[in-house]
Amino acid sequence: MGTMEDEPHLAVYRDLLARYVAQDSEATEESERLSELFHERGVSPDDLVAMHLDALKQIAVNPDRVTLRSIDFLMKMMSGYGHDYREHQELKSRQKQLDTEIDVAAEVQKALLEGKVPSCPFADIGAVSVPAKKMSGDYYRIVNDGKRLAVTIADIVGKGIPAAMCMSMIKYAMDSIPENNQGAPSSILANLNRVVERNVDPSMFITMFYGVYDPETHIFSNSSAGHEPGFYYSKRENRFVDLEARGLSLGLAPESKYKEYARRIEPGDMIFLLTDGVTEIRKDHDFIEREQIVEIIREVMHMPAARLVRHVMYELKKMQKYSFDDDFTFIAMKF
Amino acid sequence: MNISIEREAKGEKIYLVAVEGEIDVFTAPELKKGLLPLTEIEDGKLILDLNKTKYMDSTALGVIVAALKSAAKHNCRFSVIGMTPRIKRLFEITGLMDLLTRAQISGGSANA
Repeated sequence: MGTMEDEPHLAVYRDLLARYVAQDSEATEESERLSELFHERGVSPDDLVAMHLDALKQIAVNPDRVTLRSIDFLMKMMSGYGHDYREHQELKSRQKQLDTEIDVAAEVQKALLEGKVPSCPFADIGAVSVPAKKMSGDYYRIVNDGKRLAVTIADIVGKGIPAAMCMSMIKYAMDSIPENNQGAPSSILANLNRVVERNVDPSMFITMFYGVYDPETHIFSNSSAGHEPGFYYSKRENRFVDLEARGLSLGLAPESKYKEYARRIEPGDMIFLLTDGVTEIRKDHDFIEREQIVEIIREVMHMPAARLVRHVMYELKKMQKYSFDDDFTFIAMKF
Repeated sequence: MNISIEREAKGEKIYLVAVEGEIDVFTAPELKKGLLPLTEIEDGKLILDLNKTKYMDSTALGVIVAALKSAAKHNCRFSVIGMTPRIKRLFEITGLMDLLTRAQISGGSANA
């Protein structure tokens, strides 16, 4: 069969058909291979019927008129299927091209958002962020300007590519905040809200938590724009409480104001921030409750922060049977 | 995953839209198509009934936000009924609840 690939389709088809008609026992097996080859080469159903008609004319000494006419008729009937087939092939190649483009975009995004965790003399910090699909709608940023530590976590409401594009915008808006002047959480959020409100689709909005820790005063101040509350762990009380903060999500209304909350941090205290992918994770058919996340954290909170966050992610993934419906980001800060 | 959307006229310019099933990234466009035109009725009233909605994710919230903003623009009163405690919590955290309350008090102007 080595020559099959080089010869014109019609000749190969005609010869094999002739052998099949003559009841050559090997022809059946070879026909399967030829069918595969035609399929690979994109021979459409109507082309194949046309080929059959030509081949029949060549091998039959006395082709019967009714048979020939009926095959001609079949060919006409197949033309719609041929059209579908070609369209399908085109869609397949376009899909492949799109996939490649998305892969490239995802790489670009990954590079843009390569979350760096700064080393910090007064806190041990760990962060983990995993997209549900190729691109993520989660964002986090941790900056230590030498005097203060600023932490941002955000979730773009929406999924996939639009959310990812929106997130890149947030990244640039955040990058325009001077490194050495991270500003008050309430005014940062109010400014960002204006940017988002003006620039995104009405159905999109962003939840964001912004916090600043000052090691001199030991005060952690924060504001929230509709973001899922994080957890504060008090070592002295050995207790977890919600880092409750209220505020409208970014992009909901043009002039939103944000309340600022402050809390004194003692040595050994911890702060955990998360995106709602974490609390919306389904456990079997139920949802994982916040208490269950606290239980998981409790078991591993003695670990260094970088290991702690990975461990929490692993446990949550296990509950979710190793897949996330939503992007997932988790940050731990141990003071 | 399917949703069924029932639309019922409750009077002149008053509509009730009830959603049964799960609202997620696949079904949200259908809800958007059913809901948004009704928010564009000037001085209208639109009620979204979530009593039979089993699950909704963030894309569903997006549709509701778009509906709220559009309703405000057209002075249409938009309200949501039948939230499960989980959905209610999501509305409260994101601030959507505040927006909805404002839409009720000011007769539609969510941005007032």
